[in-house]
Amino acid sequence: MDHQVVTSTLLYLDGVSVTFDGYKALRGLSLTLAPGEMRAIIGPNGAGKTTMMDVITGKTKPDEGDVFFNGSEDLTKLDEATIAELGIGRKFQKPTVFECHTVEDNVLLALKAPRSAFATLFGRPAPGTRERIDQILETTRLHDHRFRMAADLSHGQKQWLEIGMLLAQDPKLLLVDEPVAGMTDAETAQTAELLRAIAVDHSVVVVEHDMTFVRDLGVKVTVLHEGSVLAEGPLDQVSADPRVIEVYLGR
Amino acid sequence: MTRKTFLASGLLDPRGLIFLAILTAAAIAVPVFSLLVPENSAFALPPYLVGLFGKYLCYALLAVALDLVWGYCGILSLGHGAFFALGGYAMGMYLMRQIGPRGVYANPLLPDFMVFLNMKDLPVTWWGFQHFPYAMLMVLVVPGLLAFCFGWLAFRSRVTGVYLSIITQAMTYALLLAFFRNDMGFGGNNGLTDFKDILGFNIQSPSTRVWLFVATAIALGAGYLIARAVVTSKFGKVVIAIRDAESRTRFLGYRVEIYKLAVFVLSAMMAGVAGALYVPQVGIINPGEFAPTNSIEAVIWVAVGGRGTLVGAALGAILVNWGKSTFTNILPEYWLFALGALFVLVTLFMPKGIIGTLDQIKARRARARRGVEPAQAPAGE
Repeated sequence: MDHQVVTSTLLYLDGVSVTFDGYKALRGLSLTLAPGEMRAIIGPNGAGKTTMMDVITGKTKPDEGDVFFNGSEDLTKLDEATIAELGIGRKFQKPTVFECHTVEDNVLLALKAPRSAFATLFGRPAPGTRERIDQILETTRLHDHRFRMAADLSHGQKQWLEIGMLLAQDPKLLLVDEPVAGMTDAETAQTAELLRAIAVDHSVVVVEHDMTFVRDLGVKVTVLHEGSVLAEGPLDQVSADPRVIEVYLGR
Repeated sequence: MTRKTFLASGLLDPRGLIFLAILTAAAIAVPVFSLLVPENSAFALPPYLVGLFGKYLCYALLAVALDLVWGYCGILSLGHGAFFALGGYAMGMYLMRQIGPRGVYANPLLPDFMVFLNMKDLPVTWWGFQHFPYAMLMVLVVPGLLAFCFGWLAFRSRVTGVYLSIITQAMTYALLLAFFRNDMGFGGNNGLTDFKDILGFNIQSPSTRVWLFVATAIALGAGYLIARAVVTSKFGKVVIAIRDAESRTRFLGYRVEIYKLAVFVLSAMMAGVAGALYVPQVGIINPGEFAPTNSIEAVIWVAVGGRGTLVGAALGAILVNWGKSTFTNILPEYWLFALGALFVLVTLFMPKGIIGTLDQIKARRARARRGVEPAQAPAGE
């Protein structure tokens, strides 16, 4: 079971089910993601998008089903920190940056480096750390805000900082939960641009409600509904699918 | 210019320098005014005040230790008095064994209370305590080990917030009950007292008291520097991140429970040292030191001074205890009401404590001076 299934896919979910107090958040969800792919996940509220993220990052253990990363890592058996170290980074729906730290320190904490208490207490920063931070702040347009407290940033800037922190982790797979919620149109467009730039050398899964934004991304779309996949394909194709229209407009 | 602010905000900020300078001044002034100035002079410092100041500094060290876990890591420990008391007991056991045959029963090996309880042999727990280095090691190891076992279980099970506070309180209460028992072999409810000397010096003599004060000042300064080194390191940044967004830190790949455990154990050891310095200066250690109210009082000191500032914690401990000494002279029955009122008032009107409020005022002024400009690099500081 373990190895034959998944050698070429980066992320492999098969028949994943999660139940909370009798409520089926996920029912037999199956999804695969190729290395280097960017995928948009859409779906109405309660479709299981966030639960799916929780399962992949180890926050929630599925009742049944397989979750494999990188061919052979069984994510259902690992905890959050281990999964993060394997190379899965997550951006939350609500921006959660470290408010009492400067923008620079936020990126520093996320930067790929030894995570052990001993290393952070006695270790010296690796050469090139500063350059790497510079680069990330440049990409996320936060260079001028380097020494500001994260708490003082605008909503959009916090979202970018969090994306910057994801970049700093240099994960193989980025999970991005509703990156443009609450953003202005200009910020939304800039975010799409930022994610496309990131997708050049990372695999990305974006969960989003905003259809304009999903169109801007221009990638394959997976529609979730009531905990399983309803349709998959280019946005134009899925949005023409009568079942998808039913789910989105039928209620 | 920005180099300096990168990766470390510096071990010593101006406030820390002032704090250490005052501490150094006290460590010099107290011996001078107590030992060199003639006793009948108006400037002479009476021995009881030396002991009192020494006690305040022990409390300040306890407060710094508590601030490290509460102010920086968000672990509200309501049981830090237990680590303080355990350090105190380790020191007390050394002091008891120094009494030797000078006790009332003149038993060369067993302390008086053991003879009284008809104990024939020295309990294993007391072995080695006649050696000062071993006793000092135990001052660190015993609180550290308790903190390790407790923290390992609590943090691994992800017990946080109020629940954690309650079990820390239960921990110190359980120890209080245990130490009250005579068969524990730690002197029961009388505790350990009637100490004669420490390292061969008479514990009652004014000069010993002065040197104990100086030792406490040095311990407080060292404790502050260690705590400061920890919180300004990258480790410290992770710890603050845990305080503010624990699960986020976990998703970044940090093992939150290990970090919490490390901070908790370090803090417990510091509290143990504070307790060990406290006992020879007050001359007694008894189970009362495990009382939950002691731990809660320590939390109030930190809240008053300003948590997450270290210096504030020390300041709060000294101010509140100075207030306590003064207040209990005038209206002894009402001290707990005054303390409660103080806590309520600070929580309502100065939630960041004295130092935190000063910082806020300073920040507001700085912002007003800059206008509405976004905050730029504070590199010049």
